[in-house]
Amino acid sequence: MARFVIRRLLQSGVVLLGVTLVVFLLLQLVPGDPVRVALGTRFDPQTYEALRARAGLDQPLVAQYFNYLGRALTGDLGVSFRSGRPVTSIVLERLPATLSLAVTAVVFAMLIAFPLGVLSAIRSGSFIDHAARVFSQFGVSVPDFWMGIMGILLFAGVLGWLPPSGYVALTEDPARWASHVALPAATVGLVTASILTRFIRSSMLEVLSEDYVRTAEAKGLRTRVVVLRHVLRNALIPVVTVVAVQLASLLGGVIVIEVLFAWPGIGRLTYDAVQARDYPVLQGAVLLVAALFLLVNLLVDILYARLDPRITVR
Amino acid sequence: MSAGGEGGGDGQLRRALSALRHDPLALTGSAVLALLVVVGVAGSWLAPSGVNDVDVDRMLESPSWSHPFGTDELGRDVLSRVMVAARVSLQVGLVSVGIALVVGVTLGLFAGYYRGWLDNVLMRCMDVLFAFPVLLLAVAIVAVLGPGLLTAMIAIGVVYTPIFARVTRAGVLSVREQVFVRAAVSIGASDLRIMRRHVLPNIAAPLIVQTSLSLAFAILSEAALSFLGLGVQPPAPAWGRMLYDGRGFVTDAWWLGVFPGAAIFLTVLAFNLVGDALRDVLDPRQLTVSEARRSTA
Repeated sequence: MARFVIRRLLQSGVVLLGVTLVVFLLLQLVPGDPVRVALGTRFDPQTYEALRARAGLDQPLVAQYFNYLGRALTGDLGVSFRSGRPVTSIVLERLPATLSLAVTAVVFAMLIAFPLGVLSAIRSGSFIDHAARVFSQFGVSVPDFWMGIMGILLFAGVLGWLPPSGYVALTEDPARWASHVALPAATVGLVTASILTRFIRSSMLEVLSEDYVRTAEAKGLRTRVVVLRHVLRNALIPVVTVVAVQLASLLGGVIVIEVLFAWPGIGRLTYDAVQARDYPVLQGAVLLVAALFLLVNLLVDILYARLDPRITVR
Repeated sequence: MSAGGEGGGDGQLRRALSALRHDPLALTGSAVLALLVVVGVAGSWLAPSGVNDVDVDRMLESPSWSHPFGTDELGRDVLSRVMVAARVSLQVGLVSVGIALVVGVTLGLFAGYYRGWLDNVLMRCMDVLFAFPVLLLAVAIVAVLGPGLLTAMIAIGVVYTPIFARVTRAGVLSVREQVFVRAAVSIGASDLRIMRRHVLPNIAAPLIVQTSLSLAFAILSEAALSFLGLGVQPPAPAWGRMLYDGRGFVTDAWWLGVFPGAAIFLTVLAFNLVGDALRDVLDPRQLTVSEARRSTA
């Protein structure tokens, strides 16, 4: 186990190094001078020089990368070309909004996917199984932002039950936060639920065909006992991974949904940075998201290895 | 047929076509795709009005016989714009998946065939690309290269390359141990010839499936980029962009939200239905691209 953890840590470290290189190179891909592009035609030469020096653009490329890497390791992701504020604080300020949306969406998805996936596997070929499969196919084919627009049309426009967009912090007013998060979380959650339903169904079906399940049934155990004690516990191990990875990908910011619902999270920040050509903020947001994603993947692999020791042997 | 014998490309293609003919859902998906191709190719001739014909007297008109999908905020015919935008979606889907296929398959072939340090370096590079959420990386690439059709295609091609590289490498690793590959090596066939004539045809099945399913997600990604204003630039129509432009009016003019979105949904659904049917026949153990990508997205 220890060797497995060390190996995964080293692998993640190498990938993270590659991620910093890609993020660093993004700025180099900007045609022309990125500071000039960001500031537009009207700019103060002193601000221009200061930003160039602060971003290290007056140094050779290799030196720029190592400086960037060194600063990133200490949590310094540079300053915004627009506001002059530290990128790290700008990005971290947006994390709670994204976190609250992602967690709510995943909880919503699990509430739908678990019963649907389990029932669809136990009653394979039944009406509920067909309904679950249609739902899965629908979920992976529908653009989430279209579902969001339809949600706004129905729940904000026709019924007037929910606000069409906007954000209130959970700590500020939980009731208003709930009414604002409901539409974006349901939109993202439905897509996530369709993916989870498919995984849970296939994982359950795989375990249901195992010899020990047949033995348990042959011993005369009731279906409920077989499912709860033997099938669910084993079938849900791979599902843990998928749930965690889904959460990680949502933490990465559901850009389009955050833009649609004016939700001030990491995705919206990325979009605003793109519009304002604020490249350090774009780099910071992308780097933080990728690092978070790697971290969650690492934790999930270790957790998975704990739950299923065969993983470390493979 | 390739030296690989029964698993070769021709047999797989026949099985794939037979699968499509005998599966009603796949047949429906194929019919929708055929219709889409016709609309994509001939959309500008078939469209009842010009895509940019502004008519300020008919702004935000609800669907009628003269404008079956209604008109937008500039009085333009929504049906015509939806039809012409089909070409953009198909074009982006085909070109970006083409880029991902060519680059990913080449990298996967070399990595799996030569293994060793080359495999390690190439696959770690793919791991790095996998560490970014798909849309975030595409947005970042388009942001630095500048918005537009070409950069959207490149960005989507780049983000879908790793999955093709991984699928190819996995196939090559098993095929290169087969007797027919060892026989080809023993008679002195060059590495390139072995890869082209013996390995590639025998890993065609998962690649066909992956291509079909990736097309669905490339079209979804293009729609998302267009929605963010990073795809095709106005006044050219794109389904995602139409949804973005119409979102401010959607509570008063539902048709601006419904029809472009339904076009994206039906197209993606059609590709998924065809892809799923192909997977069931050619490569039943493979995850769908949605599962693979969204679970790593």
